[in-house]
Amino acid sequence: MDKFDKLTATAAPLPLVNIDTDMIIPKQFLKTIKRTGLSEGLFYELRTDEQGNAKDFVLDEPAYKDAQILVTGDNFGCGSSREHAPWALLDAGIRCIIAPSFADIFYNNCFKNGILPIALPQEQVDLLMDDAGRGSNAVITVDLEKQEITGPDGGTVSFEIDAFRKHCLMNGLDDIGLTMAKGEKIDSFEERRKLSQPWA
Amino acid sequence: MPAPRTLFDKIWDSHLVDRQDDGTCLIYIDRHLVHEVTSPQAFEGLRMTGRTVRRPEATLAVPDHNVPTSGRAQGIDDEESRIQVEQLSKNCDEFGVPLFGMDDVRQGVVHIIGPEQGFTLPGMTIVCGDSHTATHGAFGSLAFGIGTSEVEHVLATQTLIQKPAKNMRITVEGKLPVGVTAKDMVLAIIGKIGTAGGTGYVIEYAGEAIRDLSMEGRMTVCNMSIEGGARAGLIAPDEKTFEYIMGRPMAPKAGAWEQALAYWKTLPSDEGATYDKEIVLKAADIEPQVTWGTSPEDVIPVSAAIPGPDAAPDENKRSAIERSLDYMGLTAGTPISEVPIDTVFIGSCTNGRIEDLREVAAVAKGRKVAENVRAMIVPGSGLVKNQAEEEGLDQIFIEAGFDWREPGCSMCLAMNADKLAPGERCASTSNRNFEGRQGRGGRTHLVSPGMAAAAAVTGRITDVRELS
Ligand code: SF4
Repeated sequence: MDKFDKLTATAAPLPLVNIDTDMIIPKQFLKTIKRTGLSEGLFYELRTDEQGNAKDFVLDEPAYKDAQILVTGDNFGCGSSREHAPWALLDAGIRCIIAPSFADIFYNNCFKNGILPIALPQEQVDLLMDDAGRGSNAVITVDLEKQEITGPDGGTVSFEIDAFRKHCLMNGLDDIGLTMAKGEKIDSFEERRKLSQPWA
Repeated sequence: MPAPRTLFDKIWDSHLVDRQDDGTCLIYIDRHLVHEVTSPQAFEGLRMTGRTVRRPEATLAVPDHNVPTSGRAQGIDDEESRIQVEQLSKNCDEFGVPLFGMDDVRQGVVHIIGPEQGFTLPGMTIVCGDSHTATHGAFGSLAFGIGTSEVEHVLATQTLIQKPAKNMRITVEGKLPVGVTAKDMVLAIIGKIGTAGGTGYVIEYAGEAIRDLSMEGRMTVCNMSIEGGARAGLIAPDEKTFEYIMGRPMAPKAGAWEQALAYWKTLPSDEGATYDKEIVLKAADIEPQVTWGTSPEDVIPVSAAIPGPDAAPDENKRSAIERSLDYMGLTAGTPISEVPIDTVFIGSCTNGRIEDLREVAAVAKGRKVAENVRAMIVPGSGLVKNQAEEEGLDQIFIEAGFDWREPGCSMCLAMNADKLAPGERCASTSNRNFEGRQGRGGRTHLVSPGMAAAAAVTGRITDVRELS
């Protein structure tokens, strides 16, 4: 997993509420057995018409081609647990998502893939949404260490993040490796359970 | 005296392997269900790191999302779907994970087969790379959906890194009116709390109307917790729960059964346990429900008219309603019962069990599917299918003009060949009415099985109570 410390990049606005993971990546792209190459399906139905021709979509506009930050609406990532959603975002270069709130499973999945999801009060998201609307001038800096976002005009906003998640993201740590190091604790838990709940 | 604890607290505490100073916990996972769509990358991860599956016997795999629901003997036409299903078999073989393959009578939707086999038990932690894992919470187990990285984590370590959720209790008081079902209840709950209302919480469903539900009804309620934003929904285990489990193939037997039963009886929330949030509904107020929009919270009673943007509390919601109406091809102010439908889908992990099929048969018996309506019934598992056929339900369905199919997820997510055409309108017993969920441009109205059957025979959204 790639580390995340500080990111200065273009932010793209996507002002819709309740964007579900079916919308982020529809089912026909879930048939893959790989984690990569999924950007092809990212926001597919917002991006193309029924014949597969390109529609106007923010991430396809020249000013936002290199966007690495997405500013969006409430309850982002709701619905299906598919990790294909963060994989597709990552594959398209998105490393940070800013919204008033996120659905739990999606939020969690982001951290497993080096993506930083930031939840901010609606008013602050509204301001950043305006900033993101400035096309190629929509450059924002996200500093995870300081937990601070700097807008194009130099204004700053701070954000909250769980300390452990921050630590893992900043160091690009693999959860499984961390847990494997606690193997003895898992062993002894299983020993105890074998006695108290042999059916489990 | 120790502080009173909720059902969730008890399960959480008993699964703690480790707790870091910052409150991050390592919790033990008792049961892991695996399906073909969200697992290939997890097995690949194990392979790349040379890791193994820690407890294959606590893991159960089944292909369900991609499988065809007709002509199965010919295999899967779609190449990518076939590769995914074959990959699951290969992975299970290589890592020693038990699998109910496509030709096994026990195959079915992952959340139907867990309870059916007695794999799902009270007090356990159960996960699956699938957001409807909450279904298993009907047994008083802590069951929730996880992403593929976490699937890999559980395969390798039988644990997950988590922080405790907050407790919410939703109490449904009194008795449900006749003709109103568990599905209507959960849709009404989502209508009340909204699709993000449960975010960060585990919901415990309580009250007389919940206790009165059968185990299958309880599964329907817990199933849709995620549509209310909650990762898990729980119902305290009781005699109905124990009776349902007893004798199932993977349930504890003999002495172990007695021991398990004694433990399960300690699980219900203690008197005086506190919740971070409480919601109370009156069962008597609930009518059959229908969704009109593209989010499960866009739900109204069947007697109501479709709302317009003026009903919105703010600008964001206003534009969301406009967008939904446009996508759904509906006009604000139209009574929902005047909306004609083209297709009916009965099935899914929400409503693909035997009682659901009986509800459908009660309406379908002696009636005919309306002309121009395509109606499909997909049983939740091979065993549900067999049971329905033993009861002669298949004959009722076929005579009425329903298409009776093989088990799988089918048109719930339209990953196989069963899908809506653009603009096609469907009354569906599934759980998501998102844009494109049942096929690009398809329009979904979520309803109960009886309501879906009623729509099939009249050709429009209909109050099932008018047909009885
Ligand atoms: S039936 Fe639908 S909701 Fe249930 S597991 Fe299958 S696709 Fe998911």
